Amino acid sequence: MSLIILSPWDLALASSLVLLLAFMSWRLHLGVERRVLIAAARSTVQLTLLGLVLKVLFTQTSLPLIGLLALVMLLVAGWEVMARQERRYRGVWGMGIGTLSMFLSSFSVTLLALFVIIGVEPWYQPQYLIPLLGMLLGNTMSGIAIALDNLTRNAWEARGRIEARLLLGADWDDAIADIRRDALRSGLIPIVNAMATAGIVSLPGMMTGQILAGSPPMEAAKYQLMIMFLISAGTGLGSVAAVWIGSRRLFDDRERLRLDRLVPART
Amino acid sequence: MAGLRLEGVRTRVLRPIDLELAAGELVFVSGPSGSGKSLLLRAVADLDPHEGEVWLDGTARSSLPAPQWRRRVGLLPAESHWWGDKVSDHFPGALGKRWTPSPFLPGSSEGGAGGSVRDDSAPTHSISAPAANRDSEAAPPSDLLTLFEWLGFGREVLDWSVARLSTGERQRLALARLLANGPEALLLDEATANLDPPNRERAEAIIENYRSERRAPVLWVSHDPDQRRRLGGRRLVISDGLLVPES
Repeated sequence: MSLIILSPWDLALASSLVLLLAFMSWRLHLGVERRVLIAAARSTVQLTLLGLVLKVLFTQTSLPLIGLLALVMLLVAGWEVMARQERRYRGVWGMGIGTLSMFLSSFSVTLLALFVIIGVEPWYQPQYLIPLLGMLLGNTMSGIAIALDNLTRNAWEARGRIEARLLLGADWDDAIADIRRDALRSGLIPIVNAMATAGIVSLPGMMTGQILAGSPPMEAAKYQLMIMFLISAGTGLGSVAAVWIGSRRLFDDRERLRLDRLVPART
Repeated sequence: MAGLRLEGVRTRVLRPIDLELAAGELVFVSGPSGSGKSLLLRAVADLDPHEGEVWLDGTARSSLPAPQWRRRVGLLPAESHWWGDKVSDHFPGALGKRWTPSPFLPGSSEGGAGGSVRDDSAPTHSISAPAANRDSEAAPPSDLLTLFEWLGFGREVLDWSVARLSTGERQRLALARLLANGPEALLLDEATANLDPPNRERAEAIIENYRSERRAPVLWVSHDPDQRRRLGGRRLVISDGLLVPES
């Protein structure tokens, strides 16, 4: 089995389905046609660029270049986390909390996988590093975005309850404990669900890709398993970090609830 | 002797305020809505960022961790909020040595710690089938029960669902929750605004009892002129961002 090369014509055929979807949205007044088209165009440009960049990186295996790409991926993910918040943190925290949490979780888990689990030589071999990091970032990004959004939204609504507990002498940690727990749970649910249905309902993307590329299905399954475990660890770690930093940031040094540190997103 | 002293406390809408309450002193604050009464109380409880310093019993607020300060200077907000499902979630323990309500009941003849509270004004769903004998949990401490009794509740109130409480019940239970915490000073924001006359009397009596027994200074925001006159104490009013004696 070898890979069948896709021609531009094949892709154009597939993209016509997206055009059809946009047309449907326009006819049915769903109002999402613009967003569908823009997202499709974005992914076309981004993936093509990534393909070109990786082509260069694979021939060079240069650590600074790989680091630069990883940095760009991290910053875009951080931006994306912020963009998904209904109420974001003012100032540098808006992007900082998500970015820092993703850096802590995704990078450490990727490094663990490269050094200990797979044992790549050299460890920054881009063929392994970039896809691993990409998958981890993508998934932790969703988890962190959901968890943070949940945290700030619920804290905003529960102002009275949080302050009632503060007034009776609770410290900030206790006053926001239940909200924080809910936020964490909501961030973890997608990956837990994905693990629970993997292979029965859904065939995960990475495994599909490997099988299409001609890998033996059992090898693809093993890689997919490893990735799932890494992703759940990364998402969990990242969500814990984000929710902890985020909830601390909602209180000041006198443990007052400072909802003025949040701003509604401009829509 | 735990006096409360405000020094240059400045909120968003008020000019800096200096105010001193002796131990056990009652001070009423009134003023038009939006004049900053609630903000002043929140500032004293250190719930909003602001300037100034507050002293309780000679201890500066800034020298204490904020949670400890808020436990000692108890603020009762105008609207009460509840984080648990049941009333008992909000009463973690006994009143202990902090304060035992003295053994007379407001509005009744002295010494009757019994049934006189369960009158018509008690909540309609309060008296139900006797649940006491099948209650296997540890009994709530008696001082807490006395406090409930004072406010017109039986012990079964602990099992009630917060969602089903009426506005007046919430207000009385919020007062019980605050006093059960044993604060050394009280900051009351419209503490009796939603209560019918019998329950208002109960609440007033228990606050007065707490004030005299514990020698607690009480800073009370009230828009009820009768109440301010009835209970005595110093009366202040906010006008033009200043705290001045009520004329």
